[in-house]
Amino acid sequence: MSMELIKPGINVDFVGKMKYAMALSAILIIVGIGSVIYHGGFNLGIDFAGGSIIQIKFSKNVSADSIRAAFKSTKLENSTIQQFGANEFLIRTSESFSDQKTLAVNVEQPLTAAFSKDYEIRRVEVVGAKVSSDFRSKAIIAVILSWLAILIYVAWRFEFRYAAGGILALVHDTLIVVGAVSVFNMEFTINILAALVFVIGFSINDTIVTLDRIREIVKRNPKQTLGDIINLAINETLSRTILTSLTVFFTLLALYIFGGAVIRDFAFALLVGTVAGTYSTIYIACTSVLLFENLKISKMKRNK
Amino acid sequence: MFKSLKLRGAITLIVCLAALYFLIPTFIPNIPSSWNKYLSKEKIHLGLDLQGGMHLVLEIDTDKALEAMMERTANDLKESLMDSKVRFRNLEKAKGTAISMELTDPDGKTALENVLRDKYPDLEIDSASPREGGQLVTLKINDKRAAELKKLTVEHSLETIRNRVDQFGVAEPEIIPEGDNRILVQLPGIKDPERAKNLIGKTALLEFKIVDDENSLDEALRGNIPEGDIIAYGLHADRSSGERSSTPYLLKNKALLTGASLETAKVQISDRFGNPTISLTFNSQGADDFERITGENVRKRLAIVLDGVVHSAPVIQEKISGGNAQISGNFTLDEARDLAIVLRAGALPAPVNVLEERTVGPSLGSDSIQQGILATIIGSLLVFLFMIVYYRLSGVVADIALAIQILVILAILAAFRATLTLPGIAGMLLTVGVAVDANILIFERIREELRAGKTARLSLDTGYDKALITIIDTHITGIISAIVLIFFGTGPIKGFAVTMIIGLLASLFTAIFITKVIFDYVTWNFNIKKLSI
Repeated sequence: MSMELIKPGINVDFVGKMKYAMALSAILIIVGIGSVIYHGGFNLGIDFAGGSIIQIKFSKNVSADSIRAAFKSTKLENSTIQQFGANEFLIRTSESFSDQKTLAVNVEQPLTAAFSKDYEIRRVEVVGAKVSSDFRSKAIIAVILSWLAILIYVAWRFEFRYAAGGILALVHDTLIVVGAVSVFNMEFTINILAALVFVIGFSINDTIVTLDRIREIVKRNPKQTLGDIINLAINETLSRTILTSLTVFFTLLALYIFGGAVIRDFAFALLVGTVAGTYSTIYIACTSVLLFENLKISKMKRNK
Repeated sequence: MFKSLKLRGAITLIVCLAALYFLIPTFIPNIPSSWNKYLSKEKIHLGLDLQGGMHLVLEIDTDKALEAMMERTANDLKESLMDSKVRFRNLEKAKGTAISMELTDPDGKTALENVLRDKYPDLEIDSASPREGGQLVTLKINDKRAAELKKLTVEHSLETIRNRVDQFGVAEPEIIPEGDNRILVQLPGIKDPERAKNLIGKTALLEFKIVDDENSLDEALRGNIPEGDIIAYGLHADRSSGERSSTPYLLKNKALLTGASLETAKVQISDRFGNPTISLTFNSQGADDFERITGENVRKRLAIVLDGVVHSAPVIQEKISGGNAQISGNFTLDEARDLAIVLRAGALPAPVNVLEERTVGPSLGSDSIQQGILATIIGSLLVFLFMIVYYRLSGVVADIALAIQILVILAILAAFRATLTLPGIAGMLLTVGVAVDANILIFERIREELRAGKTARLSLDTGYDKALITIIDTHITGIISAIVLIFFGTGPIKGFAVTMIIGLLASLFTAIFITKVIFDYVTWNFNIKKLSI
């Protein structure tokens, strides 16, 4: 006997639970948007807001407060200091350290005064206002462009009613990831954006697989109601959907745990995106196909 | 696809061998030199986030360059108009790149137009309004020429920066123009980022100017600067206290000679404190000019001005022939060496602004590699184990394909000199996930067919057939989003997108083609009736 997580012949009434799913999604999205409003907008990283980050590793135990004390009355006085691994800190400021000597005066000299030579500056990133505003507009274009590109592809492969469901799922996933980033008050960086675009490309996968199956069953049993067909398609592909999501989830978990602090946010956004993508395939993409169909029927009835 | 199993097997073998061939330089550090000429030389190219280094986006301030050029043109124009006996007053460079003047003859405009046509084809009259006894005229540079000049400025800057970086000695630097007036500079393995930035961004405009000792410096400091003069400062650091002070100089604005006339510049230790100085050698035209200038200005002071700062202003004792000069000052050896480099490479034609800077230290880079490799190994192992536990021997087949996929990705990275970044490692891991997905799709289909009572052979073939179109879909959507990221991305993200595309293409081959070859080989040769799936 082969191993089966999801038994064949499983028959969960996904379509019947559509209402609850819609409510859950709505709540999650509202929480996300609420968090963005509560935090007064996104916590934009220097890629999008401009400024500098400096990553410093100390060779002994050091507290964030002692670092803050060292930076008193320098340009880093009002910077954010965040622990970033063992004895390692990330200092973020809206100051742009692009002119030289500033780094020496504001970072190296005060640090050496406070901690002698027991530290190492491991990373310095400075993004000026021009570049960050370029990145901002490019980021919005990238997200919309990937939505559109996927929409066009899915619309070409399927019918529009399927594509619309797929895109709804994509927008849903994007909002969930963005909301999660805000709820955990993580910085919105270029890495998060890359994760977002990947999620857009990846979460449509499950959707395509299930839509393919819907089409196949429609051909096989044209007499069945659409609701039954959708339920059957989701159930038949459920095993694959769950397995795939699990394997990707585990590889991402490995990345999140072992990949180091530099890439942790990226892995986190991908993890959230994977879960959201699986869920939205089942509940958003497929059931909205039904929703669009019902809308069309009721419209036709009214027109009669 | 191909029916012949032999042919398909051969293709698989060739791909695996080719992948190994391209990976030899990366994984075997000491290849005997006699073997070297038969092997590929390309190791996997690591991004700055993995090997450490500096990423800079520079903006060439082409407007400033244009303004400086118009300043010079305004001075030339004064002389030309005087030569042609056109009467004018208040000729000066106005705001931006315009030149304004008053013509004091009623027919001055025609005369001006003649001078412009003969000597200044790039200038045109922007506006002219009558004034008592003459006209108020503004000139501007024509748009096409301005655009051309800006383009030239960027090209010249690119060339200069390239020269400087080459002379500084960085292995495999990348210096690429971006957009209209930006330059992307990537310097792997840089140890002293501040120094490198200083070297690249310094304008290094060297000028020789005469000190105006006939007019009063004090008067000038009070705001009455004589026509044609400027005030410049010299910086001095006191040797014992280290305190910095600045000395003002009143200079004749006209540069008699610039760094453009240099043949070469070298560091010399000649000072009695062992301080380095920079010895300059002029080219033949420069040497003649220098001889003439020093001859005409004996007993006056000649200021050596670098980027507006007076480095020294020695008294000219006699005419200097031979074409040599020296810059002394308080340099460290590194500073002197860098200054010699920038003087040899020439001045930047425009000021440079650093728009973006990302520096990763080598220790962080090697930490990132280790963590990336660890995450890849653990992530892959989890997947490998899962596939074997869940799909038994079929899982082993999928795992073999996954291992080949990882090798092929790395080999393509090496062969095409693509860059592996930290997000790129994540991308590779994700494509492994997508490849697993392809196999799961196939295997679940096969299980369905088996449950429907079909034979092992038939289930295999139908499973592959039915899953194929879906798998292609999933890969194409992945590639679409990766392409979007390539258009958007900077270094590490571009690496992510490129690795994703390579991984997805490799996965199409390994997860579908190679697994089918193995299945066919095993089922045909061992006459398998029951699949372990």
